[in-house]
Amino acid sequence: MGGLLETFLQHCLESVNAIQQEREAAKVCRGCDRYPRAMALIDLANPTRFLSLTARLLPYLVAGTSIVLTVGLYLSATAPDDYQQGATVKIMFIHVPNAWLSMFVWAVMSASALGTLVWRHPLADVAAKAAAPIGASFTFLALITGSLWGRPMWGAYWEWDARLTSVLILFLMYLGLMALWRAVEDPSRAARAAAVLTLVGALNLPIIKFSVDWWNTLHQPASVFRMGGSTLDRAFLIPLLVMAVGFTLLFVTLHVAAMRNEILRRRVRALQMMQARPTSSDVSAASPASQPA
Amino acid sequence: MSLGPYAPFIVTSYLAAALVGALLIAWIVIDYRNQKRRLRELEESGAVRRSGRSATER
Repeated sequence: MGGLLETFLQHCLESVNAIQQEREAAKVCRGCDRYPRAMALIDLANPTRFLSLTARLLPYLVAGTSIVLTVGLYLSATAPDDYQQGATVKIMFIHVPNAWLSMFVWAVMSASALGTLVWRHPLADVAAKAAAPIGASFTFLALITGSLWGRPMWGAYWEWDARLTSVLILFLMYLGLMALWRAVEDPSRAARAAAVLTLVGALNLPIIKFSVDWWNTLHQPASVFRMGGSTLDRAFLIPLLVMAVGFTLLFVTLHVAAMRNEILRRRVRALQMMQARPTSSDVSAASPASQPA
Repeated sequence: MSLGPYAPFIVTSYLAAALVGALLIAWIVIDYRNQKRRLRELEESGAVRRSGRSATER
């Protein structure tokens, strides 16, 4: 484990050194002594550098996710039954992390939307677009596992109460965003429209969070992150938190990999457009001056 | 480990999570291979990036 950590830190240091060297080289090229601090951010936003960093990080992220999820599954399997719910409490270890992540991913997309609209960050739209299908999957799982938990505990798969309905709306918004990205052909126009829709949709996040306090619902109120501490026993809290960390790592891993794919997809599009553009010889051949009288 | 009378609900929940996770991973891996293949084909047909660098480089 120590050796793995050492190798990981060494890789990170090498990446930072490489970026530093390129920055120094850029400083020499521009003939200026003071390299603006803002350029550091632009360095990290460079898609080529991001791809290089991704190649180094992904193996560690995959290993970390696998280890934490395996430990989480073991702790979930060996957790005791609840005195009221029996073994169905095990559904909580899947349902709650997915429900948290469904909102967390939209929050990440909202931060990316600000990056697109305010700072026009080159990777902001890539990050938002790559996160949407992953967030939709987490939301879908939260709805499905919640439904499967609700049937034995509430006697119903579905109730049109505030928490369930607001999460369903979140799922539909994910699908709508994905459709919007596909519907608008120009990526920059699609990015701006999607960013506005994402920020408007962020209004749903506090509604989901506080729906159990504002309205009378079947769903239980917050029991982990609440004033006065968690109401969950350690026997359930520890597996839940380990699974939450595991699923969060899964999101980070999938997100980084999906961002890499999106960058490559944009390179494909750029190359196809360059190929489709007529060359100067094509233009002169087609112009009236070159046509025989 | 006994799951009691609600075992089908518990097992289905875990299977659904595993299935959705596997589909996500498969989609990302297949998409990565597709993009790399398309970039290779474009480069082989003579398309060059404005920077002049290889499109498949990291």
